[in-house]
Amino acid sequence: MNEEPASIQNCSPDDGPLQMAPPEELQDAQRKRLLQAWETPTGWRYWSAVNNSEVGLWYTVTAFIFFLFGGLLALLMRVQLAVPDNDFLTADQYNQIFTMHGSVMMFLFAVPVLEAISIMLLPEMMGARDLPFPRLSAYGFWCFLIGGTFVCGSLFFGAAPRGGWFMYPPLTTKYQPGVGADIWLLGLSFIEIASIAAAVELIVGVLKCRPPGMRVNLIPLYAWYILVVAIMILFAFPPLIAGDVLLEVERAFNWPFFDPDRGGDPLLWQHLFWIFGHPEVYIVFLPSIALVAMIVPTFARTPMVGYGWIVLAAVGTGFLSFGLWVHHMFTVGLPGITIGIFSAASEAVAIPTGVQIFCFIATLLIGRVTRSVCLLFVLAGLATFVIGGLTGVMVAIAPFDYQAHDSYFIVGHLHYVLVGGTIFPIIAGVYYYYPAVRGKQLSERLGRIAFWLLLIGFNVTFFPMHITGLIGMPRRVYTYQGGLGFDLLNLVSTFGAFVLAAGFVVFLWDVLRPKGKQPPAPRNIWNAGTLEWLAEVPDKPWGCRSIPEIKSRYPIWDQPNFVRDVDQGRFYLPDAEEGLRETLVTSPVDAVPQQCLRVPGPTFLTLLAATFTGGVFIFGTYHWWTLTGICAVLSLGTVLTWLWTGTARIPEKPQKDVGLGLTLPTYVSGPAAVGWWAMFITMLGDMTAFVSLVFGYFFYWTVRDDFPPDDLVGPGVLWPVVGGILSLGAWAATVLARRLNRTDSARAFYSATVSGIGLSIVGAAALLMGPWTHRMDPTVHVYPAIVWLLVLWTVAHLVVGVIALAYCSMRRRFGRMTAGCDADIVNTTLLWHFLALTVLITVAVIAGFPLVA
Amino acid sequence: MKMNTTTPPSESGSDEPGDNIWILTVAPFIWVVHFLASYLTNAIWCAKYAGSDRAAGEVRLAIMCYTAIALPGICCVGWRAFRRHRRGAAELPHDFASGGDRSRFLGFSTFLLACLSGVATIFTALVAVFVGSCH
Repeated sequence: MNEEPASIQNCSPDDGPLQMAPPEELQDAQRKRLLQAWETPTGWRYWSAVNNSEVGLWYTVTAFIFFLFGGLLALLMRVQLAVPDNDFLTADQYNQIFTMHGSVMMFLFAVPVLEAISIMLLPEMMGARDLPFPRLSAYGFWCFLIGGTFVCGSLFFGAAPRGGWFMYPPLTTKYQPGVGADIWLLGLSFIEIASIAAAVELIVGVLKCRPPGMRVNLIPLYAWYILVVAIMILFAFPPLIAGDVLLEVERAFNWPFFDPDRGGDPLLWQHLFWIFGHPEVYIVFLPSIALVAMIVPTFARTPMVGYGWIVLAAVGTGFLSFGLWVHHMFTVGLPGITIGIFSAASEAVAIPTGVQIFCFIATLLIGRVTRSVCLLFVLAGLATFVIGGLTGVMVAIAPFDYQAHDSYFIVGHLHYVLVGGTIFPIIAGVYYYYPAVRGKQLSERLGRIAFWLLLIGFNVTFFPMHITGLIGMPRRVYTYQGGLGFDLLNLVSTFGAFVLAAGFVVFLWDVLRPKGKQPPAPRNIWNAGTLEWLAEVPDKPWGCRSIPEIKSRYPIWDQPNFVRDVDQGRFYLPDAEEGLRETLVTSPVDAVPQQCLRVPGPTFLTLLAATFTGGVFIFGTYHWWTLTGICAVLSLGTVLTWLWTGTARIPEKPQKDVGLGLTLPTYVSGPAAVGWWAMFITMLGDMTAFVSLVFGYFFYWTVRDDFPPDDLVGPGVLWPVVGGILSLGAWAATVLARRLNRTDSARAFYSATVSGIGLSIVGAAALLMGPWTHRMDPTVHVYPAIVWLLVLWTVAHLVVGVIALAYCSMRRRFGRMTAGCDADIVNTTLLWHFLALTVLITVAVIAGFPLVA
Repeated sequence: MKMNTTTPPSESGSDEPGDNIWILTVAPFIWVVHFLASYLTNAIWCAKYAGSDRAAGEVRLAIMCYTAIALPGICCVGWRAFRRHRRGAAELPHDFASGGDRSRFLGFSTFLLACLSGVATIFTALVAVFVGSCH
């Protein structure tokens, strides 16, 4: 409609903050109560903190420590390659080091640091007190720390993985018997789970925890990017987890998924790895460019040009990046049309990637740019990334790729992309956000020195690699002969690597140097317009003094008296009357307030849960099955305790006045609740992993003439169908239980849950009977192996379903779930919808497909 | 202190009707389906059914058919989004705090994504124009 209110002043006065500030004494009392509720624990209990500012900071620092470790490994490689026929490192050491360099940079730095920065800053950008699941963030962090230390530690025992960061079989199955590949597979799977946990947190955070009034057209661009990236993680990481399961089961139990002699195919790993691996590049690039999207408008002193275009770029890149994976496999002998299709998509992705860069340039051109180190790093990042992007377009063309594949040209290309697209923007982000997080400004002078060292060092290191590659030097060789034309170029690269390292030393010194005598940075030091700059100096643990009503993309610039109104508590939730940690939950599109969410406070449970989960993976690596089992039980127990004590708590009152005359419910279940979304998103990721395994089944059918083989029996039709029907009965019982709980028919509710439990146990047994009674031996051929795997996957999920049903019964029994407060059974029903789908697909594939094949 | 009338949460706590953030993904999703259909058809045909001459004429035909369905679909999404964007005053940059601006913003972004999806779909279809075998 034309008559829409056109600007802030036209909005009804009812939407605004309180006209009068609350009296001083009231403000003081409110501040005191808020501080008490959000107080960071001190002493050794500090490590039980779950607040996003603490966890985000630990996460960021840990990721940077891994980054420095990865960087040191790179220097060792450059020393080895400085001169021909060098014996500084042995071939085996070199293999371990380059594998760890790649794995650490990708899995322990690039992905975690984006999650870390987002956990730290996203709630601040959205005026939220915290993310919806603070304990989940803490759990993710501890998993990351334990898994990362385990993987890195292996290098000091000479036991590190040696198969390259993409771990191709058969190299890693037939030729590398040591424990290295297992450490990679299990250690990194563990971290991938942490990444998915963070993705769940961030998706729900962006969709449900925005301040009132922040409609989708007013969201900070950072949040748009993070939403896209978190959804990408959800669809990209599960295929790799599925691949990890297959490869680890092959290594541990000799099931021949990748062994061509027994029907397997190593190419399946390449598909699964790169379905993860290519989106991964954008998963690390987009959040860093998101930092650029926050920095550029601040220093251009003008709103970002082309907001809609940048949303196009983020969403478009997110989609297209899933259509590129085969361009890593151009040389494996695929049909021409397949190569063409993926080549075409690889060219198309340059369009959205370019669009956002034009938006940044346009913003800088129309704005009045102020000079700063942040902006230098932003510009360096964009220029470097453009070069890397253009060589990317070159290698996306198959004939050129045939030449450059596995050569140093690729090493040059990927470092231009990753350093330009990730490292430089992150350093810009550190200079930009350091004052907000630590209350002190970094030195502009040291920053400029670091900048020139890094820029020159980087180009001197990596530009020559394009030439070294084009004249024929393969990547991943531990040494080379003299006189082939590689000598000088390699020496130059090594020299550049040390200049680059010097730049990082200066940067590190600037960050770590004592700043006690330095005056505190002024609040909102760069005069930015977005909400994270409400942060006081020194920062308060409550995140936001009162949660504002948003009417602009840059509220601090556009909404009059905005900072004052927030500080004086003239907006929502200015108080913590009950001493609880509270934040607002709003609707996904228009950010209409829906709930006053109570988030849990400090606990050691998350650390314990992560330790036990880590035990499962670490002991599993060494095949110490007893300890693995004990850890699994303890981990399950801890997680259940955590859920029992910390989630879906029945509030002391059904609704609460959150200020400005708005009363919101304190307990919500179903699609309006954050827990429902978390379950939905988690199960979507779980479904993706399952679909990847099913993809494996059909992949074998495509590549083999005889699949299922004529001389091997299948699981039959009877048992899978019986198992399927029983399991679907359990699903129906669960749906019924939800309804019976709502009508408060206690006895009938317990009967429904108990029959659900019984039916799923019998159903799982029937599913197992299929391959069992037909004596399918999974070590003989890939066909029985993949059938067993699908069945075991389904059975494991049914076990989870049983635990969830039992949990709901107990919750009701102990009065922690009622007819009205029914989030547990509602979420369990959602889980069961996905379980039913899993069962249906498994039965259709293992029993139905052999009939039609 | 300002006293507003308390709105019951059940009525106030939902988005305004008619808009959904997921409409952004419709056009790219059509691209995904077209892309996967083209890739899988080709992969299965070349692995299972291609003759000794490795010709893939049927695959080209199939990709053409998929395109004939996908492109009008994307155009339709794009056109409707464009109409939504044009409705009302439609002044960029759609940064006001109103339902109308939110709606126009979603229309504009959906339109842009439809354009991108259209281009990417044409890219895929062009492969079938230039390449005709399983080699």
